[in-house]
Amino acid sequence: MSFLIGKNMTGGYGSVDILHSCTVGVERGEIAVVVGPNGAGKSTAMKAMFGMLALRGGQVIMKGEDITTLKPQERVLKGMGFVPQTQNVFPSMTVEENLEMGAFIRRDDVAETMGQVFDLFPILKDKRHQPAGELSGGQRQQVAVGRALMTRPDVLMLDEPTAGVSPIVMDELFDRIIEIARTDIAILMVEQNAKQALAIADKGYVLVQGANRYTDTGEALLENPDVRRAFLGG
Amino acid sequence: MMEQYRTPLMFAMMAALLAIVGIFQSWNVALTIVNLCLISSIMTLGVNIQWGYAGLVNFGMMGFTALGGLAAVLIAMPPVPDAWAAGGSGVMAGLAIIVVTAIVSLLIWKKLKGSGVKRYWLTALSIIIGVVTMRLVADPSIAAIESVESARTGYLGGFGLPVTLSWIVGGFVAAGAAFVIGRISLGLRSDYLAIATLGISEIVIYVLKNEDWLARGVKNINGLPRPVPYEIELQETPWVSQLADMLGASVVDVSTIMVKLSYAGLFTVVLLIFLWLSEVALRSPWGRMMRAIRDNEVAANAMGKHVTARHLQVFILGSAMVGVAGAMLTTLDGQFTPASYQPLRFTFLIWVMVIVGGSGNNFGSVLGGFIVWFFWIESEPLGLWFISTITAGLDDGSVLKTQLIENAAHMRLMTMGIVLLVMLRFAPQGLLPEQKR
Amino acid sequence: MLDILNALTVIGNFVIIPGLAYGSQLALGALGVTLVYSVLRFSNFAHGEMMSFGAMLSVLVTFWLQGAGIGAGLLPTALIALPVSILGTVLLCLLIDRLVYRYYRQTRAPNVTYLIVSIGVMFTIGGLVRFIIGPSDRIFTDGSRFIIKARSFKEMTGLNEGLAIKMTQGVTLATAIVIVIAVFWFLNKTRTGKSMRAYSDNEDLALLSGINPERVVMITWIIAAALAAIAGTLYGLDKSFKPFTFLQLLLPIFAAAIVGGVGNPVGAIAGGFVIAFSELFVTFAYKKVLTYLLPESLAPESLMQLLSTEYKIALSFVILVIVLLIRPTGLFSGKTL
Repeated sequence: MSFLIGKNMTGGYGSVDILHSCTVGVERGEIAVVVGPNGAGKSTAMKAMFGMLALRGGQVIMKGEDITTLKPQERVLKGMGFVPQTQNVFPSMTVEENLEMGAFIRRDDVAETMGQVFDLFPILKDKRHQPAGELSGGQRQQVAVGRALMTRPDVLMLDEPTAGVSPIVMDELFDRIIEIARTDIAILMVEQNAKQALAIADKGYVLVQGANRYTDTGEALLENPDVRRAFLGG
Repeated sequence: MMEQYRTPLMFAMMAALLAIVGIFQSWNVALTIVNLCLISSIMTLGVNIQWGYAGLVNFGMMGFTALGGLAAVLIAMPPVPDAWAAGGSGVMAGLAIIVVTAIVSLLIWKKLKGSGVKRYWLTALSIIIGVVTMRLVADPSIAAIESVESARTGYLGGFGLPVTLSWIVGGFVAAGAAFVIGRISLGLRSDYLAIATLGISEIVIYVLKNEDWLARGVKNINGLPRPVPYEIELQETPWVSQLADMLGASVVDVSTIMVKLSYAGLFTVVLLIFLWLSEVALRSPWGRMMRAIRDNEVAANAMGKHVTARHLQVFILGSAMVGVAGAMLTTLDGQFTPASYQPLRFTFLIWVMVIVGGSGNNFGSVLGGFIVWFFWIESEPLGLWFISTITAGLDDGSVLKTQLIENAAHMRLMTMGIVLLVMLRFAPQGLLPEQKR
Repeated sequence: MLDILNALTVIGNFVIIPGLAYGSQLALGALGVTLVYSVLRFSNFAHGEMMSFGAMLSVLVTFWLQGAGIGAGLLPTALIALPVSILGTVLLCLLIDRLVYRYYRQTRAPNVTYLIVSIGVMFTIGGLVRFIIGPSDRIFTDGSRFIIKARSFKEMTGLNEGLAIKMTQGVTLATAIVIVIAVFWFLNKTRTGKSMRAYSDNEDLALLSGINPERVVMITWIIAAALAAIAGTLYGLDKSFKPFTFLQLLLPIFAAAIVGGVGNPVGAIAGGFVIAFSELFVTFAYKKVLTYLLPESLAPESLMQLLSTEYKIALSFVILVIVLLIRPTGLFSGKTL
């Protein structure tokens, strides 16, 4: 039994199903990556696991508990952190305030967690008093990840964290994500840059039209000729 | 099944309400209400075209109404030759300077695009120079005009043409203003458009209130010529007295009612023309396109429909209708009183009419115009009666009772507010919902 | 030299001091409009009537206090009444939110629906105010009339021109400063205030962060209502309380909020003063000032007014329209709540 798993998820927006019995899971300290062509339902699967979309079938189980019917906020309390793909910071608020807002549901002292985030992303410490909207794209993504870490989640879900950033920034961001996984946090992420993402993944899911096509370790998927040809551009 | 009878049924009920007023209060009161109902309905149709067809929020109706009223004055009042002689040329020169200033400033504004702060300063400078020159040129003339028999005229007067002509002219004046206003403000977001149109209509009314040379400002203009006979004339006509004898009513009553009926007849003709035109427009490809734009502006834009140009069209058409209604209103009153155009209050009332009637449905708008105006007028006696009834148990001298009765008249504002809120919440489609086709 | 001082005194007396008072009133009103806009995302047409309601409560409580013989010495009694009027206005707003606006939040109604709904609310409150207190003019200012009288200023300085500061003007400015500092402290330093800013910045992310939207909305109404009650009371103290004036005050307040950039609290305050001072500077008669400054031969004969005083309020509409046309995001755009 996985730490967090969405089993046989079926559902979509309105009456049209986007997911067809799709299963995605992740263990603590592990990085799971969901890849696939455009419109494969990658982000939808992620949103379903976070409760932003009602499922018609299947269930979401975390730490052995069925959380299928919980609202996103309630899932945050259960230990989920979510980084949306776009609009994932409070642009007019300072970096520090963004992190504070990330910890809004916590009633205890958040200074220690903030220190850990600043250790992870040192640049943010320098820019702590700058509005997040004035930062570069990569720095903004760091703020977004940092904000989600402020609740000290057990599982961190990232929706295309490297969308729109340069390759150098992407590598840097992936390094940080590996570091986060080492602190025994489960990481589930959806990625466009399939090759680079699978390279750091412990587990990979290739989705096509809302259903699982291939599921294996990241390494195995990278070496699988079918996957290479169809999804990784040879 | 019921749906097809809904419209006639509603109108029949409205007629019954008016008949009740006619029988229990007086036919004179009933007809006074009817005449204003007819004018309200035309305004409501105009707003419905803008809001119901195209989703535009125009809060500037009173500005267009006032412009229509101004048209009535300028068309129908006799000219004042002394005033023209005293300062006509100066004022005309002043107006010309305003036009030139506007054009020059606009040119500077357009030419200097992207040249930073200089653009603002130069445009502002050209406006200031224009205003100062205008005042230097026009001020003495304005003073001269306003001193010509200031108790009676003190303005340039009009053209002395038949007043009904002003209904058409009022429409065109309002359309012209709507073109300018629409060109500059239609790109704005819906709430900014509402505020901008409200602001512009306030400015229009301020100008009318303060520019005495134009239409005497707050000194008002009385005694506009009528399109229908005067009561006195009718009373002296033999067949009217015969009719009065036959009906067993006084000649005065019969003549008053006949005058009101003639107005009602004229207004009904105008209303029916507009209603017919609106219905034709609604069913035409043009109307379909308008609704498509309203329901999905982005998609319509993507399909190559020029949204802003269409919006401008509909803004002009709707405003022109309001202008016509404004001219009719001034004709009916026989006087032009700029201070009576309270932008927010009456704009609000017309919006209540549109929403109660059913936005997007022309018959609904007409119905809304009738019902809301009816209750706006009748809520005063009704409210008083209501308050007297519920306070009947209280002592006559009690503070609460006097307070309640004194302020009962203000209940109607609150009632209209609550009616609007209740309709929006529980029947946002209105009494006669828009027909889906 | 003396002439220059005299000229400055004239401007101070007729423009600067009234402008500071009027500007404070507009700024407080515009701040409320801007807060509601940034959290609830609509232009609240009912704000003027909320001010009217608050001012009405102050009038009623003041009359009651005066009847009971309670006063504030040199200060107007209305200051004692203010907490009651704030409380009453807050309760009214929360009630209206519960009965009216909440439904449209739940159904995620478009912006324009809110707009029309707020017009309905505006007339409901307006009717309520007139129903309770009637449409007539009420003067409820008491205490000392002046902080500095024109005559004592002349005696003090030896200038020809006097400078008068009315007690209500002083109270207005002082209250406005205190309130504005308090609001900014709340928005920038408290957890709740920050959650409000977060909600206004990015609603979805605020939800993900566990910020309760209903609570944010409630706090926004509380602050907006308090600001409205204070602004309305100060305006009523400075001029007089008449329900109709608040209908006219709505557009200058919108103008202030829009000039400053809707959703931007600093802008709202700046906008309030921009509107107030432009109204006064443009309609000010410069004759006296120029008589002091120019050599006698050049002294002007006319009033030297750019626009006659009747156009005072219309001017704020002109500024409003100009700003909407050339820079709809306002002069202080960029930073929101």
